[in-house]
Amino acid sequence: MKYDESIDRDLIKRIETNYLEISQVSKTFEGANGVYPALRGIDLKIRKGEFVTLIGHSGCGKSTLLSIVAGLVAPSQGVIILEGKEIDGPGPDRGVVFQNHALLPWLTCAENIALAVEAVFPQMSRSEQKERVAHFLEMVGLTDAARKRPAELSGGMRQRVGIARALAIRPKVLLLDEPFGALDALTRGNLQDELLRIWEKFGTTVLMVTHDVDEALLLSDRVVMMTQGPGATIGRIVPIPFRRPRSRIELVRQSGYQHWKGEILEFLYGKGEMKRRSDRADASVKGPALVTMPQ
Amino acid sequence: MEKVEMEVMYGGEVEETIPRREEETEEGPGPKSRRPFRLPRLDRLILPLLVLLVALGIWETVHQTVAPMLPGPVQTVAKSWDLIRDPFFDRGPNNKGLGWQLLYSLRRVAVGFSLAAAVGIPIGFLIGAAPTFHRAVNPLIQILRPISPLAWLPIGLATFKAANPAATFVIFITAIWPIILNTAFGVQKIPNDYIAVARILKLSSWRRFTKILLPATLPYTFTGLRISVGIAWLVIVAAEMLTGGIGIGFFVWDEWNNLSLEHIILAIFVIGVVGLILDSAMGRLGRRFDYEIR
Repeated sequence: MKYDESIDRDLIKRIETNYLEISQVSKTFEGANGVYPALRGIDLKIRKGEFVTLIGHSGCGKSTLLSIVAGLVAPSQGVIILEGKEIDGPGPDRGVVFQNHALLPWLTCAENIALAVEAVFPQMSRSEQKERVAHFLEMVGLTDAARKRPAELSGGMRQRVGIARALAIRPKVLLLDEPFGALDALTRGNLQDELLRIWEKFGTTVLMVTHDVDEALLLSDRVVMMTQGPGATIGRIVPIPFRRPRSRIELVRQSGYQHWKGEILEFLYGKGEMKRRSDRADASVKGPALVTMPQ
Repeated sequence: MEKVEMEVMYGGEVEETIPRREEETEEGPGPKSRRPFRLPRLDRLILPLLVLLVALGIWETVHQTVAPMLPGPVQTVAKSWDLIRDPFFDRGPNNKGLGWQLLYSLRRVAVGFSLAAAVGIPIGFLIGAAPTFHRAVNPLIQILRPISPLAWLPIGLATFKAANPAATFVIFITAIWPIILNTAFGVQKIPNDYIAVARILKLSSWRRFTKILLPATLPYTFTGLRISVGIAWLVIVAAEMLTGGIGIGFFVWDEWNNLSLEHIILAIFVIGVVGLILDSAMGRLGRRFDYEIR
């Protein structure tokens, strides 16, 4: 292939852009029993087109962070900057795939996607909107299920519709909140492959929450590991260097795979972290003073 | 599974159970039937009939032993046969057939109930959607809700200075509470995820209402409507006894003054059947809007 300078230039420019920036984000929940610091001092810069996963133990606030990026939860401190602009509340530039699909059960699959398309592209003609809905249903292989309601579909199919709905509004960033957590292992694998294929085609910037190490390795450009709450923050960021397009089978045979998997597992379950966690468990037995403070 | 449970809850909807039974025998024991060796129609037709016969037997025995004043089943049918045969005779304002009496009562219920729905559903939505409004009106609702329907009658009579609107008012004021409370509950129960979807898509208020709020709440509203229509039917009979005029309630009172207990018993039976029909009609209508069953 001939060397083309412009491709390199574009690539560098793309990599250098802080497309999505999470800047000094903290979140404190105020409840009846006091104040709970969930997240503190989170800084993360994501390039355009990058696939980043957040991984951490349950309760570490990774889903809260995703909700903050979505604009559904306001941070106590800090800002989210997307394409140079500070975000103010939720909006269709950030498509969300929910853990429990969040499809409206009284609408068919096509109607669920149509609701999104019509709301975000009101200037499109009816037929254009219809085409767009059909196109995204086809993309996730659910053309036949267009007229079915979510209750008539399997969990995997529902999540596919959720992904189609989130992408049909042409978001700048796709946010996935443990989208495959509730699925069986085989279905999960299929959907991961499909997500990978779709992402490679669209090149959308993705921030995904997961607790599945293999999932993170298969999909991500970078894995962001979060420490345990309260006051969770980014513990370590690991770049995943495997070449794309990736395939699940080739990936596990690559020599680096076990190494990177080990790195992540070491962080999540390694001595330091386990010590920290058991310390906290002891502390919480003694009393809630560490966690809760008087208002 | 859900349908089977519904049948148990709303048992007695014969029209609905029969076609389903045929469906099952055609297909053999389908996934719906948990017990494969059920005697056909035993628990749905034969047993209820048996119970009915036993009840009639007890009634006849009571008539013949302890209460000779109370007419037995045979006597009841014989002496009220002219009423059964022609429900729509009209011999002047004070002598109309049972059918007319029913229609007059149903009209009062329809007006009072419709008003209650028209006022109650919007209030319910407001309460469910605005916590401040909820805190503001909840104490008042809790005070007004347990008041016996008939206690409202003098208020109605004093306000409207006529029996008919007073009766309608009593229906309205008793039927409105379940509608308000169930609608408000439905609004409060809308899953957060659906609200999040609306926020992400920046749906207009109108779309938010028609595509999310309304369909999510309707099943709850219909539960309220169903309870209300039952209450309304209970109340109208009592209210009419006091207000007079044409209507099934006053008919009962009138026949008591005539000492024709056979007619009263017939009227009681008819009241029960109409109540059942109202309830199952509302239930069926509600199921049409229930996304979980549909």
